[in-house]
Amino acid sequence: MNKNKNLQDFAGVIGECVKCGVCQAHCPTYQLSRREGAVARGKIALAAALLEGGTSLEERLQEDINMCLMCGSCVSKCPNKVPTHEIVGAIRRQITDNEGLSLIGKGVSTLLGSKALMNGLIKGGALLSPMLLKKVPESSGLRLRFPAPGMQDRTVPKIAFRNLFDRLPEFIEGRPDKPVVGFFAGCSITYAYPEIGEHMVSILNRLGFSVYLPKAQRCCGIPALSSGNGKLVTELAEKNVAAFKGRDVQHILTACGSCNGGIGEHYRTMKANFESFTAKVIDFSVFLRDTGLFEDLAGMEKWPERTRVTYHDPCHLKIQGITREPRLLLKALPNVEFVEMADASVCCGLGGTFSVQHYQASKAIGAKKAHGLQESGASMIATACPGCIMQLQDIINHAGMQVKAVHLLELLAAALSPRRS
Amino acid sequence: MDAQIIAELVEIVGADNVLTAPTDMITHSYDATQKCYMPDVVVYAEKTDEVARVVRLANRLKISVLPRGAGSGFSGGSLPVQGGIVLVLTRMTKILDIDSDNLTAEVEPGVITAELQRQVEKLGLFYPPDPASKEFSTLGGNVAECAGGPRCVKYGVTKDYVLGLEVVTPTGDIIHTGGKTLKNVVGYDLTKLFVGSEGTLGIVTKIILKLLPKPAAKKTMLVQFETIEGAAKSVAAIIGAKIIPATLEFMDGATIDCIRPTSPIPLPEACQAILIIEVDGDAAMLDPQIARIQDIIKSFGILSVRIAASHEESEEIWQVRRNVSPSLRRVNPDKFNEDIVVPRSKVPDMIRTLEKISTDYGVPIVNFGHAGDGNIHVNIMVDLRHHGMAEKVERVLDEVFQAVIALRGSISGEHGIGTAKAKYLGMELDATTISYMQRIKDAFDPNHILNPGKIFSYNSNHLPVKTGNN
Repeated sequence: MNKNKNLQDFAGVIGECVKCGVCQAHCPTYQLSRREGAVARGKIALAAALLEGGTSLEERLQEDINMCLMCGSCVSKCPNKVPTHEIVGAIRRQITDNEGLSLIGKGVSTLLGSKALMNGLIKGGALLSPMLLKKVPESSGLRLRFPAPGMQDRTVPKIAFRNLFDRLPEFIEGRPDKPVVGFFAGCSITYAYPEIGEHMVSILNRLGFSVYLPKAQRCCGIPALSSGNGKLVTELAEKNVAAFKGRDVQHILTACGSCNGGIGEHYRTMKANFESFTAKVIDFSVFLRDTGLFEDLAGMEKWPERTRVTYHDPCHLKIQGITREPRLLLKALPNVEFVEMADASVCCGLGGTFSVQHYQASKAIGAKKAHGLQESGASMIATACPGCIMQLQDIINHAGMQVKAVHLLELLAAALSPRRS
Repeated sequence: MDAQIIAELVEIVGADNVLTAPTDMITHSYDATQKCYMPDVVVYAEKTDEVARVVRLANRLKISVLPRGAGSGFSGGSLPVQGGIVLVLTRMTKILDIDSDNLTAEVEPGVITAELQRQVEKLGLFYPPDPASKEFSTLGGNVAECAGGPRCVKYGVTKDYVLGLEVVTPTGDIIHTGGKTLKNVVGYDLTKLFVGSEGTLGIVTKIILKLLPKPAAKKTMLVQFETIEGAAKSVAAIIGAKIIPATLEFMDGATIDCIRPTSPIPLPEACQAILIIEVDGDAAMLDPQIARIQDIIKSFGILSVRIAASHEESEEIWQVRRNVSPSLRRVNPDKFNEDIVVPRSKVPDMIRTLEKISTDYGVPIVNFGHAGDGNIHVNIMVDLRHHGMAEKVERVLDEVFQAVIALRGSISGEHGIGTAKAKYLGMELDATTISYMQRIKDAFDPNHILNPGKIFSYNSNHLPVKTGNN
């Protein structure tokens, strides 16, 4: 039933940690607390001790294991590439197996496990009032994206009354000589930012591609992964893989870094036969580069008044090495003057369910981005993950800056739309 | 640990900073040597006064205290080999002062080396010591071990930059050594005594550092050689011509074999040694200096010379060097990483000896490091699962160290003695000298509570264990 790797499956790579300490320089939670329990090396020592029976899932161990964004910053800099984010996921699943879901995990499960509930609740998005929140568990997965007690000053996106599936048909036909591509929209785009999904589909259509947007697709599973719910991850993965069997698609595009990490990176690690699905998963920026669109954009006349834009690397793309394509796109856009910012690749602090459990830490980690953003002089910060957009706007608002967080596709759509005079 | 002691510790640093769970013992039991010893309690201190009160308590009750920074040392300096209180200083992170007029900085011990470097460089200043771990090692740890790095060939090591210290002694007194001036001959030079004392004489709680003006520019070149002799002779010739580059790093053939598959710069089979040479100073003098170096080394069997034209190209060259440590696993899973140092004119002799030892014992030895100052990272690569290998490594290490001593070198250039090299101390220092060192230790720490079992211990069977990174 549960098709995720367990801790035992990681025994080999756990042994490859040489305790050098390099992860300290790259771990957002360590840099905040400067405590060894927060850093990858400490967590791997705990994983090794669990495997050897040298310790138990005691309360302090759970606290340390929870103090991880699963951002993978440590992994890319680790001399032996020990996948701490996956190991932490495995320990969280073990905790769940032993002790049941945490309150937050239950909320995630209630919400994301039920499409009807998700639809119903989100449709009433405009009505997301304290009264409505009372109807869901105190720690509902809703609070992944919406204020929980202690998060009253959290910036949240407006909820669209009509979600992406209400707005678009399941199949949008393109030119007959072009292949069909699938679009995995994900929860944030579907319910909170459907206009980003519409941009995606219309750009693909403009390039001639037919787009398949199966309505049976579900959450990618990242929040469930983050909260240790291996059973739900498995269930969602199976449903998503089945959903795209409806048509023969050449690729399955994502426009959300986290979803790409979920349906691509994580499904690849699962003990299931998902290869034919995961091999097709591709981030939109990589796909669009391969179409030659960037060259066409670069050939367009530059706008006389361009917006100064910088870029934030979503962790789930960064860890897969997708850092060049988004920048190439920004550099090619006629309406954008691209500037790099300091700490562009530092995690925004959202981290799946991390920001719900540790909002103050999440805010403090995010606040570190404000400085580089300010210095860059950009009036917009673009990224490729709706979760990051929400967190970045929260950071910006708390810092009192006049900067807008946007999705790359919004800038691309503007560049392709008829010019305003 | 006794509940009364825990209560007293909580009274000093607060409940959040006293950790007693098994989880916390595990996460504070190791360092980069990968040895593992459980503490009895972990305490995070944030102020000098807290450090002093913890040490006074420990001294009164005769409990060991292990000062700990990033835990990234290679000699076991922060390991609680006899249990006790692991006292972590990573949360003492304030840069208290950067003084552009007097070229000094004052910092707390938990400041990360590279963070200080970034801050002073914003003001056109420069803190040269650059251990490979600079992005995560703490300045307190750098002082305790007297850390070095590639730039030391021109700029010296940590001890050359420490002007003054605030130290909590093993009896819990707070003393101040040196000061803010370059010249200072008042009383004994206790500053130098504490630097490199590996946390056995006191706990540093403030550091006054000397800074330099930041060099205006630098230029990096990578030279490929047909033979290791060619590279070694080049090093001697460059120094002999009275040129001191900012860094002068070398890699031998075995190292190049490891990095060849992942190198951003093509490394042909014929390449059996590499020198990475970086010069710094006024921009106008760099090109002539590079040209002069090329002229000096041209007759030593050079395959190619690559001179970086941009920052990116310079980074590409340094990437070759950074790829070394992670790639050593290609040879064998277990690495014995020694940091011997010989007078720089003896580097060719030492390399030849290492090659001979490698052949005699049939054990791969991979050598790279700071050729400019004679500091060679000797990596004995083995698979300890093979029967009798551990004993064989022990014999190899004995021969290596004997050769070092014979060349008037030193068994550790920058990693320290700790537990990892304690058994070899007597090879380099005579008994009388060791005895004087021990008498200093006794004078400072009559109850031997501070970092016991380090430097002078001969009793344990410390063959270094599995490591995989430098």
